This record gives sequence, C-alpha cells and structure tokens, in this order.
Amino acid sequence: MYKILKKEVMNQAVLLFEVEAPYVSARCEAGQFVIVRVDEDGERIPLTIADYDREKNSVTIVVQTVGYSTKLMEKLEEGDGFLDFVGPLGQPAPLQSSWKKVVGVAGGLGAAPLYPQLKKLAKMGCEVDVIIGGRSAEFVLWADKFAEFCKNVYIMTDDGSLGGKGFVTAKLEELIASGAGYDHAIAIGPLIMMKNVVLVTKKYDLHTAVSLNPIMIDGTGMCGGCRVTVGGETKFACVDGPDFDGFEVDWDEAMKRQTFFKEEEHECMMKLES
Amino acid sequence: MPNMSPTKVPMPQQEPDIRNKNFEEVATGYTEEMAIEEATRCINCKHKPCMTGCPVNVPIPGFIEQVAAGNFEAAYEIITSENALPAICGRVCPQENQCEGKCVRGIKGESVSIGRLERFVADYHMKHGKKQTLDVKPNGKRVAVVGSGPAGITCAGELAKKGFEVTIFEALHKAGGVLSYGIPEFRLPKALVAKELENITDLGVKIETNVVIGRSLTVDDLFDKGYDAVFLGTGAGLPNFLRIPGENLLGVYSANEFLTRVNLMKGYKKGEVPTPVKVGKRVAVVGAGNVAMDAARTAKRLGAEEVYIVYRRGAEEVPARAEEVEHAKEEGIIFKLLNNPVKIHGEDGWVKGIEVVEQKLGEPDASGRRRPEPIEGSNYIIDVETVVIAIGQSPNPLIRQTTDGLETQKWGGIIIDEETGESTRKNVYAGGDAVTGAATVILAMGAGKKAAKAIAASFEE
Repeated sequence: MYKILKKEVMNQAVLLFEVEAPYVSARCEAGQFVIVRVDEDGERIPLTIADYDREKNSVTIVVQTVGYSTKLMEKLEEGDGFLDFVGPLGQPAPLQSSWKKVVGVAGGLGAAPLYPQLKKLAKMGCEVDVIIGGRSAEFVLWADKFAEFCKNVYIMTDDGSLGGKGFVTAKLEELIASGAGYDHAIAIGPLIMMKNVVLVTKKYDLHTAVSLNPIMIDGTGMCGGCRVTVGGETKFACVDGPDFDGFEVDWDEAMKRQTFFKEEEHECMMKLES
Repeated sequence: MPNMSPTKVPMPQQEPDIRNKNFEEVATGYTEEMAIEEATRCINCKHKPCMTGCPVNVPIPGFIEQVAAGNFEAAYEIITSENALPAICGRVCPQENQCEGKCVRGIKGESVSIGRLERFVADYHMKHGKKQTLDVKPNGKRVAVVGSGPAGITCAGELAKKGFEVTIFEALHKAGGVLSYGIPEFRLPKALVAKELENITDLGVKIETNVVIGRSLTVDDLFDKGYDAVFLGTGAGLPNFLRIPGENLLGVYSANEFLTRVNLMKGYKKGEVPTPVKVGKRVAVVGAGNVAMDAARTAKRLGAEEVYIVYRRGAEEVPARAEEVEHAKEEGIIFKLLNNPVKIHGEDGWVKGIEVVEQKLGEPDASGRRRPEPIEGSNYIIDVETVVIAIGQSPNPLIRQTTDGLETQKWGGIIIDEETGESTRKNVYAGGDAVTGAATVILAMGAGKKAAKAIAASFEE
C-alpha cells in the first residue's frame, strides 16, 4: 500500500493526492510520470508527477475523475492507500539552462504537470511566465502556486469568470506579437489545446515542448500501446517521452489513438453508475 | 517388463470446439493410472540421453521410475532437486527438442512423454503434497535479482537454498514475468504460477513489486544499498514492429500489449474487469512463433470469428512448437503462410485490412532458413479489423542505458561470460532472454541456475 498523506478536492472534477512513495520521490524529476492502481483487477493509470518532496518521501498527483478508475479514486481518503504506485517513469523534461525567458501554457488539469517544470526553470534562473486556462474560474488550477515564482500569471477562462475571456492561445499570440521575447514555450493540457498552441507558436518559430499522456499499460516500453508519430518516426511516449517537440508531433493521429477504447470505457462507466 | 507400446498414452484434452470458447486449460492432465502406464514405457536405458537434453539436468529416469512404482511424492522430490518450477516446465517446455528429442524410445515410435509425467507429478504434489521446509544457515551475503520471470525466480531460489538473502525487484505489480503477462491461462493457469512462486518465497526470497530498475533504482543504487551481487533477468520485453504503413491505426496491437491486456490485466474476464480489450470479427496475427499462436488462440476465445496467422515463410520454417500449431489448427485458426504483410489499410483511422504479398522460397539465408522472395503482382488484402504484431521482442534498454560498464550486443542483449553468466561489470550477472533474445522458459531457468552457482562460488572462501 502506498499511503495517502493528503487529499484535496480542487474542484468538482479534479482531485489532488499526496502519496508516500519513497522510491519515486527519491529520484523523480520534472516531466516524469507514475502509474497507479487503485485495487486488485484495477487499471494501470499513468499520471504525470505534479510535485514531490524528497524529505517527506512524497509525490503529488492530480487526477481528473473522468473514467472508471479515477472515479474509484474519489472514494479514497487520507490514511487509505493506492495498491500500486510505480515510478518515476519516462524521461525528465529536457529543460535547458540556455533558455532566458520561457512561457508555460496550461489547459485545465495540465497546470499540475506544468508546475514542476516551470518551478525548476525558475530555480535555474530562467524568467518564467504562465498562461493558465480553464472552463471557468473553479477549473483554473494553482494560479497562487505559480505566482510564487512566475513573473506574470495570465488567466483565461471560456466564460470569462476569471481573467480574460477566451482560449489560452489568444493570450499567447497576443504576448508573442507584442514582443514578450520568449525563447521557448512549454504547453501541457488536452491534445486539442496543445495542437492549437503549436499552430500559434509555429507561426512565430517559438519552439514548444509538449507532454503526452497516451493509452499505455506498463510504462516501461513493453506494450507499445503509447505509440506516437514524432518527426515521421514512431516513438513510445513512455520511454522516449512523455515530453516531445510539439512541432514534430502528429496531432491528428495522437487524438485518434486516444479514442481506441471509448466504447469499452463507456460500458465500464455505465456499470459503475448502475 | 517395460511397456513396449510405440505410442504415448494420449493426453486428455478439451474438445477443440468447446475449448476455443473458454480460457480453461486445453490439456487436462494424466490420471494416476495413465501416469503409471506411461512411466512404464521408460526402459531405464544406460546412458540416460534425456538428461543431456535438459537445460536444468533433471534426473529424469529416476523420477520416472518412482512414478511407475506409484511413489509420486518421491518423484516430486527428485524433480525439484534440480527444477523449482515443474508444473510450469511440464506444460511449456519444448520437450520434443530437449529431453524427449533424445529419448531412445523415440527412435522406433514415440518418445516417453517426459513432459506430461513431470506435469502430473507437480500437479499431484500441489493437490496432495506437504510443504517442504528447508533449514538453511544464512551466509550473510545479499543478492538483488532484477525481474521475476523464469530466469530471476530460478536464480533466486537456488541462491536462497545456499544461504543467500535474496530480494527480487519486479517492475510490474505482479510477479512472474512472461509467465504472468505473456503465456495465456489456457496454456498455463495463473493459480499454478502463483503456487510455484510461493515455493520460492517460502525459501525466504523477498519479492518487491513496482520497482523499475533503471528508473526507481539503478544497479549502482543496489550496490550502495549493500547488495553483494546483482542478477539481471529482465527478459526481452520490447516489442518489435513491422515498420510498414498503417501500424499506428486503431486496431493494431503488439502481441505484448494484446496478451498483457488479456493475461496480466485479466481481460479474459470480459465485463468483470475495467481493462478493455477490443477484438474485431476478423483478426490477423503476424508471425508464427509460440507468442503468435498464443495471440491467435486468445483472439478466437475472445469471440473473433476468423483468425489468421500471417507468416512470410513456409510451414517448414514455422518457429512455434508443433503441438501449439496443431492445437491452433484444431481450434480453427487459418494459416496464411508465404504471405508477407506490406501495408495495413485503414478507414477513418481504424484498421480494415492487411495487404500481403505472396512469397516463394529461395536459397537459405543467414539464419539457415530458406529466404522468402516476393512474387511480383501477387498482392491482395485480407479484410480484418484487428492486427496483432507477433514478430519477436528485444531486450529492454532501461538498464543498459543506466549502468556504466555493462556491455551489450548491438541488438541489446547483455554480454556475459558463458561459463559464469557474469557480465562485463563485476558482480553483475545476467541470464535468460535479456542475454539471448526471446527464447524459452527452460533456457532462462538454466541460465538463472548457472549464474546462481557462479555467484555462490565467487563468495566461497
């Protein structure tokens, strides 16, 4: 059992868990992920690490309760545990000390995995801005935590209930066009949002890293389910990524592959709800 | 007088049309009477050629003699003096190329069915036997074993018997390696794998799941934690793909993914577990090894109506065991031999067919098998919704990428001293598929045993 030290309901669809996982916390770096299982017979769920504390032996994950297994997580409380919690998996994010000014772009849940990357960059002496997007105010995550090290925190909501009204891409383009002088961008969020961010940054030749979270089982290169085409080559997101050059990712294929088990997932949810 | 029947006592089996709809074991095993009858076919010949065919040196005539006399527990003790996993080996060893391939009874007629007898003895012990306790004096040395497949568990068991304190680190949530994630329930029931694993943990071996060596810990970390030696039994887990257009369409699986979903993640219990497995009405499995047969027969059991084995070479070259091919054919698997896949066709992102080109056999190639050559203009499309790629696996690179001084072959296999199993890094040993590339359970066990011996010898002063 991997003990839950802290549980926080961030909004109606997002939960935070701080979990005791000494092997993971001792070695993990920004950009890496873990795989968790709630119970026997449960799915193996890949989740990018949102934070870690080497002294407390703890790792923080943030989960959107959209599927069968993540719904089961809602029932877990502090003091309970995850049955399995393995990592750190994947490559650390390839953050460069040569970057002077970086903009992070987060869509919804993407704020959580973006957080350790920007925090580390700030520590490395890089000037960091962040644009956080969400459906409405309550879906904007961690604006206060980003403010601790980001020079500017921009917020965008679909309904205008917090920050500007509209998509993160609008704010991003506005900043780039007005001469913000970024030398790199990192975008993490839903596939469609990352695809759209790249459409903007490509226009300005602003190199953009993205973090993928495709369907996978083992997370160690064994199943090959997480295949993604990058620069015309097949890569395994679990061992070659999860971070890739956003300019090179075949977004349409990645979005299609995400729908492989939609039907089965739906059947499973129906069962849980009945 | 030995029983001079030229044929083996037949193995009771589920009927093909029944078994291809369930996941229960195909072969149901000998009764006591059958086992005794088969055992009396052994003439206890002088030179015991069967033993030279066994990678772990089981005293075969000795255990068969006990079976013939009805002393099944005594037979079990003889087998397990050399082989810790008899229920598994009795089921999945390619006996026809090993012990049985050397049996003198095989010269005129069929060999003694050593595999079936081994299985009978192991199953008998599981039902009737008592737990054996072993009193070993600890020698104060600690060994870390990486991977809980056949190589790792054998090495761990042997070392524990010699007094070493052994911990096995397993990356997945369940121990067993390929025995758990790869070989299907209908060929190797998982309850039985669990029981044979228990025999190893009863010796004091600890198994830590959810630890990925090369990620959670490195080999150097293991030495820092005070382990005196490390054995790498990490297998060949990286799936090879065909590198043809359409391989990323929805409906294409690696055999590893397909079988892991069904076995480790229990997808065979459809509707009872959340891990999805999607199988079309028509399925093409590319490749013709044992893994391909497992995938094809699994697809059939999950409800596919037409299942094809698509293989670029001919019947002679099929690498799967004859028994597996036979079982697959009985269950209705359709063999498309001398057919080389060149493209997977899709519609709206989903597989709708696999294009193959017919082949003819030319001169032998580097592997000694006749080289398939395309017949110009013979392309055609087999309509399928699912494609499973089962053309082999390579060793996983995680450990070689994170361990200084560990040299590997170009294709990834760890380089070892053939005599001891020691790698180019001192006190780091390796064996099984991680060294040889995808091979058999029993060869991996033999390698684990050899390394255990060498590790023990290196600490004897």
